Amino acid sequence: MDTQTQRILTDDMIAEIRDMYQHFPVKKAACIEALKLIQKHHRWVSDQAVQELAEVLDMSPDEIDSVATFYNLIFRKPVGRHVILICDSVSCWIMGYEKIADYLKQKLGIQFGETTPDGRFTLIPICCLGTCDRAPAMFIDEDLHRDLTVEQIDAILERYP
Amino acid sequence: MEKPLTAHIPKDGSWLRLKDYERVGGYQGLRQALKMTPKEVIDMVKDAGLRGRGGAGFATGLKWSLVPTPDQIPGPHYLIANGDEMEPGTFKDRLLLEGNPHQLIEGMIIGAYAIQAEFSYVFLRWGYQFAEKALEEAIHEAYEAGYLGKNILGSGFSHELSVHISAGRYICGEETALINALEGKRANPRAKPPFPVVSGFFGRPTVVNNIETLSNVPHILSKGVSWYKSLSKCEDGGTKLYGVSGKVKRPGLWELPLGTSFREILEEHAGGMRDGYQFKGALPGGGSTDFITAEHLDVAMDYNSVAKVGSRMGTGTIIVLDDKTCVVGMVLNLEHFFAQESCGWCTPCREGLPWTEKLLLALENGEGKMEDLKIFDDLTRYMGPGNTFCALAPGAMEPLQSALKHFRADFERHIHEHRCPWK
Repeated sequence: MDTQTQRILTDDMIAEIRDMYQHFPVKKAACIEALKLIQKHHRWVSDQAVQELAEVLDMSPDEIDSVATFYNLIFRKPVGRHVILICDSVSCWIMGYEKIADYLKQKLGIQFGETTPDGRFTLIPICCLGTCDRAPAMFIDEDLHRDLTVEQIDAILERYP
Repeated sequence: MEKPLTAHIPKDGSWLRLKDYERVGGYQGLRQALKMTPKEVIDMVKDAGLRGRGGAGFATGLKWSLVPTPDQIPGPHYLIANGDEMEPGTFKDRLLLEGNPHQLIEGMIIGAYAIQAEFSYVFLRWGYQFAEKALEEAIHEAYEAGYLGKNILGSGFSHELSVHISAGRYICGEETALINALEGKRANPRAKPPFPVVSGFFGRPTVVNNIETLSNVPHILSKGVSWYKSLSKCEDGGTKLYGVSGKVKRPGLWELPLGTSFREILEEHAGGMRDGYQFKGALPGGGSTDFITAEHLDVAMDYNSVAKVGSRMGTGTIIVLDDKTCVVGMVLNLEHFFAQESCGWCTPCREGLPWTEKLLLALENGEGKMEDLKIFDDLTRYMGPGNTFCALAPGAMEPLQSALKHFRADFERHIHEHRCPWK
């Protein structure tokens, strides 16, 4: 393999990033959008991706990382095939999200922030999902699951092989 | 009872398309605005008594009037619709974004015309995928129909609108932090002054308005000031989206006259408490508002009335505390959230909130001491208004200070019994 094929940012991605920043006075303005783009393609943002993006945006890798690590939905560690984001904010707490979270931890055999050994699920607590009238709630990938009960969890998880 | 913001939202979970929006008077407000001068539009919104629906309640027309005109400071000027909606317990803008995106877009174009902004952005929180899709399609429809782009409806006014999806963090809802996020940076708040109306997005004059606020604007323009004022039960104008979460019979969201009583929202609309649960207290407008208690049930849910009983209307989404839920546990949950979401920029917030959380955790686990209550009193003062860059820490102190005031005996029971009496 030559070095070109090992790059994370493809020519198409770089073109897309250039298109993002041309609307703004500085290239840096595309930083968050570019990190999201990398994550869309690779599911997480590696050190190498940070370095390559730094070159494209004329920023230092540290500067990119200061942005990447600020935002909780930019993943700087690998995640599983499916990411479970369970709301731990006040309305879901009142409605008993802890029971759901405990069941998920026990069933998957992992704690918050961890990925199952088979790489299937990553479990992360998240703040308010804005669906408090239907608490408790969680996201799995792009799907919002609401009015959760412990009894439903097995069936829900089966939909994510 | 009129419900201008929500009456036309389809009941099947879809959104109001352009042709259906136009059929019910959509974009008439914009047509009206373009016949007026920008200053006349601002004055009309001022006279209507529209106050910001994001939590702070700042008068919208007044905010717009503080923007220097292009003669005073040349463009570009910017308008940003704040759709971050990350306040715990808040789920109101979601409905407007998912159900009636054109109403927001029309409000944004009118606001942009009033402040002579060339560009506007919707800053949308992560996780509102339906809203994102509806908004993107609605923006496309609006461009096709000539409501956006060059020379809108032949008026000579041109405007471009786009959407930014946030990568997370509660602090992005703070307007100066939001502007930093939109510039691609860490979302730390900025020192004020200068205020964004003078120096905001890339140092240009910028107005940041909440989604619900902007959704009110088309109706003011199309139906007039006196009609708008007549919608409300108080001195400020309009309707309000009120929500209830917690152990009530029917949690939900309703558009009601501004100033509807707390009791009516709780008992009629939310159906009262679930069987077996008693009302103990509530945060009237999201996680960063002070508790109110059973003695305040008849308070009118408007800015001034809620302030008079020692809290804030905030976002108008009520979180109910019942008698079977531990208030110390609830405040611990909130302070965990605020400590986690502190951006770390200024010391009182970065250091004070984790300290608060640790003390509360010890208290909840039965390891608290009476002197901790004195420390809480001090912390609520240290992190009160005026000591921090932004409102995050003062907001975080509101549920704590009011819980200590109204439910001090519950805190003391945890200390005396060396355990949580609710577990």
